Amino acid sequence: MSRTTSSNDAGRETVIKVRDLVVGFGDKIIMNGLNLDVFRGEVLGFVGGSGMGKSVLMRTILGLVPKRAGKIEVFGRDLDTLTEAEEHAVHRRFGVMFQQGALFSGLTVKQNVQAPMREYLDISQRLMDELALLKIELVGLRPDAADKFPSELSGGMIKRAALARALALDPDLVFLDEPTSGLDPIGAADFDELIQTLQHTLGLTVFMVTHDLDSLYAICDRIAALADRKVIAAGPMETMLASEHPWLRAYFHGKRGRMISPPQASAG
Amino acid sequence: MSAEPQFSSERAGDAVRLALRGAWTIDAGRAVERAADGLVEAARGARLAVFDFSGVDRLDTAGAWLIDRARVSIEATGAQNRIDRAESQYKTLLQEAGWRAFESHPDRRTDTVMDFLVDVGHNVVYAGRDIAKGVSFLGESVVALTRAILRPHDFRATSIFYHLENFALRSVPIILLINFLVGGIVAQQGIFQLRYFGAETFAVDLIGILILRELGVLLTSIMIAGRTGSAITAEVGSMKMREEIDALKVMGVSPMQALVAPRLIALIVALPLLTFLANMAAIGGGLLVSWVYGGLSPEAFMSRLQTAIGFNTFMVGMIKAPFMALVIGIIAAMEGMAVHGSAESLGRQVTASVVKSIFMVIVIDGLFAMFFAAIDY
Ligand SMILES: Nc1ncnc2c1ncn2[C@@H]1O[C@H](COP(=O)(O)OP(=O)(O)OP(=O)(O)O)[C@@H](O)[C@H]1O
Ligand SMILES: [Mg+2]
Repeated sequence: MSRTTSSNDAGRETVIKVRDLVVGFGDKIIMNGLNLDVFRGEVLGFVGGSGMGKSVLMRTILGLVPKRAGKIEVFGRDLDTLTEAEEHAVHRRFGVMFQQGALFSGLTVKQNVQAPMREYLDISQRLMDELALLKIELVGLRPDAADKFPSELSGGMIKRAALARALALDPDLVFLDEPTSGLDPIGAADFDELIQTLQHTLGLTVFMVTHDLDSLYAICDRIAALADRKVIAAGPMETMLASEHPWLRAYFHGKRGRMISPPQASAG
Repeated sequence: MSAEPQFSSERAGDAVRLALRGAWTIDAGRAVERAADGLVEAARGARLAVFDFSGVDRLDTAGAWLIDRARVSIEATGAQNRIDRAESQYKTLLQEAGWRAFESHPDRRTDTVMDFLVDVGHNVVYAGRDIAKGVSFLGESVVALTRAILRPHDFRATSIFYHLENFALRSVPIILLINFLVGGIVAQQGIFQLRYFGAETFAVDLIGILILRELGVLLTSIMIAGRTGSAITAEVGSMKMREEIDALKVMGVSPMQALVAPRLIALIVALPLLTFLANMAAIGGGLLVSWVYGGLSPEAFMSRLQTAIGFNTFMVGMIKAPFMALVIGIIAAMEGMAVHGSAESLGRQVTASVVKSIFMVIVIDGLFAMFFAAIDY
């Protein structure tokens, strides 16, 4: 069975708590009895094969996909019991980066970053402009990208712009769906570094779906693995490496896994 | 919740100590901006400004940015400055989200008169290009259609039937309904107005000729331009947006062949059929109103109709239908192909498609009217 942590695992506060979650489309069950905890201030790497339902889980936590059964708590609040105003307040603390970017095609990058600010904040236009440009620069885009439309961006630039938008409100909880896929290795490393810096300075909690073993080693405090419609293992990298589950063995000890493994020993 | 962003300043000779308190975060909105502006104010004239972070509960990138912006403004007055008692993560944040100059993009000058003239100029050029593009698109479609006819086995018949169902079958109820109503209205007005001259029976001539020659095909075309033209533009446009058209091209499939031709063929088949149904529905409406309102029995209506119209009256309407279909289809596909990137452009193009095709339908109807008058058909 997956480990079911009490909310006081190592005395830490759970930011996301998922219990016995069932999600399906039509007669296809994607998740059945899934349990997951994400603790405050950690970067959780979420792995699983393509089409296993990582994005669906993220969307379910965000309230975009209806669940069949189970309970989801975010910041200690049961999402089913929230009023509209409370839900608004909870969403204010989210930053979300979708797998495809989901930038608004009719807005420039800068306007995209400002969109959540306009929705939630009362600040001057000057500060809004400055903050948008700051975020754009933080994610490693050149300033001239600010006035481009999403259709004029490269794949990697779309990822960065989407991250800038996710960070617009200095959220407490960030959902990232494969943030580094489609980036060059240097860019991906910068990306990891940025997320880590933000996590340290802002106390960010990060839920990150990723296939990038480098990211998993470099910045994830814990890893959760999805297979057989459940979280089959959750814990630090050592737990993953020690797991006997065939999928995890193939994932972390396969050809690609081995290539990454050695430096981990020294990096610790 | 955490306290408002505040600070207190303490002067000691030339030096000022700015003790920051509370949560310097974006949630405070304008309060944090005001507080940051206050910092600059408080340090005016000082030779040394010390930022004391010991009372800061929370700091985020926006707060760090504003504080650092204030610090730089103070520095610009020639004062020294120092950060004091800041926790390490605040220091990192001040560094990461520190002030930096962004080259300002000067707002484009707006000159209403000039802009208007520029707009007019653009529109004239675009209108000219539109016509040229339309003609070239027509050529491409004809090539695609001929190829479809010459090599029918290359062509997926299922796709045509699918579109036929969508364009024709599903439009039948609404087209029957509006034409039935319009037929009835024409009959009522005809009878009502002609009654003054004691010429009520001529209302049947009016109904027959007006509907068969003009109204049936016109109403059907306008309905299809709105219903099907917009759908084609939206379909082709969103495929263009998501690079599906490009994917087709690299597979060596011509989008004209795969997307446009089946839709055009389906439209060209559908519109005459729908026009025929529209004509029948309108005449049915006319018959019913003549009977109920004008007291003209159905037999009398029919025999009067027989003398009033000829086969050519019927054909005039039907001949126009495929041309209307071609125009609607080509405009719709062309506008779809003109979609770029954004969802906004998709919306714009769909609107343009409907407006242009309705306009062209009416223009073509006028041209046909002149043509038929000239050949005395
Ligand atoms: N709206 C939907 N309707 C029906 N099935 C869906 C829907 N969304 C996702 N699925 C199915 O749910 C499964 C999980 O999809 P999901 O997008 O979560 O995969 P993933 O784990 O994120 O994969 P990847 O790593 O490739 O992004 C897939 O089998 C997919 O076909
Ligand atoms: Mg996914």
